Amino acid sequence: MKQSLFTLEHTRQLTGDTYELVLSGDTSAVTAPGQFVNIQLPGKFLRRPISICNWTEDALLLLVRVVGEGTHDLVRCVPGTELDVLSGLGNGFDLTQGGAHPILLGGGIGIAPLYGLAQRMLEAGVTPTVGLGFRSGKDAFYLEEFSKLGCRLLVATEDGQLGTKGFVTDLAKNVRECDYAFVCGPTPMLKAVHGLGQLTGGQFSFEARMGCGFGACMGCSVPTTNGYKRVCKDGPILYKEEIVW
Amino acid sequence: MVNLSVRLGDVELKNPVIPASGTFGYGREYAELYDLDILGSFSWKGTTAAPRPGNPQPRIAETAAGMLNAVGLQNPGIDAVIAEEVPNIARIFHGPVIANVGGFSLQEYAENCAKLNDIDQVAILEVNISCPNVHAGGKNFGCDPHAAAEVTRAVKAVTKKPVFMKLTPNVTDIAEIARACADAGADGLCLINTLLGMRIDLKTKRPLIANRTGGLSGPAVFPVAVRMVWDVYEAVKLPIIGCGGVSSAEDVCEMMLAGASAVEIGAANLRDPCACKKIIEALPAVCERLGVERIADLTGAAH
Repeated sequence: MKQSLFTLEHTRQLTGDTYELVLSGDTSAVTAPGQFVNIQLPGKFLRRPISICNWTEDALLLLVRVVGEGTHDLVRCVPGTELDVLSGLGNGFDLTQGGAHPILLGGGIGIAPLYGLAQRMLEAGVTPTVGLGFRSGKDAFYLEEFSKLGCRLLVATEDGQLGTKGFVTDLAKNVRECDYAFVCGPTPMLKAVHGLGQLTGGQFSFEARMGCGFGACMGCSVPTTNGYKRVCKDGPILYKEEIVW
Repeated sequence: MVNLSVRLGDVELKNPVIPASGTFGYGREYAELYDLDILGSFSWKGTTAAPRPGNPQPRIAETAAGMLNAVGLQNPGIDAVIAEEVPNIARIFHGPVIANVGGFSLQEYAENCAKLNDIDQVAILEVNISCPNVHAGGKNFGCDPHAAAEVTRAVKAVTKKPVFMKLTPNVTDIAEIARACADAGADGLCLINTLLGMRIDLKTKRPLIANRTGGLSGPAVFPVAVRMVWDVYEAVKLPIIGCGGVSSAEDVCEMMLAGASAVEIGAANLRDPCACKKIIEALPAVCERLGVERIADLTGAAH
């Protein structure tokens, strides 16, 4: 964990409520895809935890969906704004455990950490299958970016406007050789994927209302088969076998 | 050169800044960010006899200038704390530690406190009779002067360490509870714990916190805490640890003017993990501006 100032370099609107933000600063505390940052915003008492989409030595790429006042304010910050950021929070995905046929499944804004994960898997010589799910065609984003990485990309929308009509679980069922999943999305989606019979293992990224974001306050602890775990510090990635619904 | 040292009875602290119980765990997370030896002390997470899983999710809600929490005293239990956390604390912090102790019966309070007798680094017992989240427990002791006095006596009977009772603000007259603790032999008082509050989600039309209510902390409660420290300072002659919404070096001085000998910093740590470090660094300049050479001279100076 590191506390430092980042400078907002640019903001790009991706869909009606989804934005891409690039922040420059010291990313040395970021060690794995799936980690998150916790951003202080003027006028808000608690920080806002945002998943890291990707990072370089001196820049963070974040995808942000506007869900409340905090994220509303964040996407309206002008370039040049300095933000107090806690970086390198959480455990992150362990991409060495995915085997030969990993599948990355993301729903909505939950696709964000899968981008950095896919890139690092490709760098490590593994070509992941990526299944992305959205409500509708107009809600889809980052398809081109994922394609450019060179992974095998599958898309599902609930209304069938784009890709397969259905959910990411329907995508996974069509690639039965994929037996290990890296998953991020809304809780019902995590639960549905968790129940897929074809999976021998998987890593699931959880969301929670957090107090501190760095393990001090116990505000986000959840029961697991290994006892209570703090989503912010021991997670946000929990392993398939330890998850309790 | 401003002298920042203060005394809590016989315990000397190098400065009045103490991270508050429940916002600092057992120090591990903060030790990653700064050298804890700059702190006057720290108050560890409220510890009970048995391990406690705490309340269901969600436990946290934001408010204007603060937050609600209903963590529910999640802790690994006193035996695990003694076995695993105490040795680690000795590695990451070399000053006096305040042990915050919870309990659900007089016997449990006494047994928990007695287990800490041989741990030299524990300089003060901070007895939590005020956590608002545990329906079965602390609330009743802290809301009734007789019960508060009973806990005080039960703990004093088993320990030679100074006993500070941590008081809840969710009472009509906090001075009455303070007097009862003082008469029962308390060595000091710590106040305030969180104020009982609630938020409701407009979308779901249900309480935001699964436990329904939570404890309000942060800058929103600071004036309440200052008033209560003032009232208790007028009522008893015991050292007071002032706590509640303190977020800056100026707030530390204000709390001391109201009557506090030292000051706990709580929710500010969650917003900014380096809050205590920044406050300690800012204190000398603030004292100089106020014309104060010994910060201890501020205690009660507004009365």
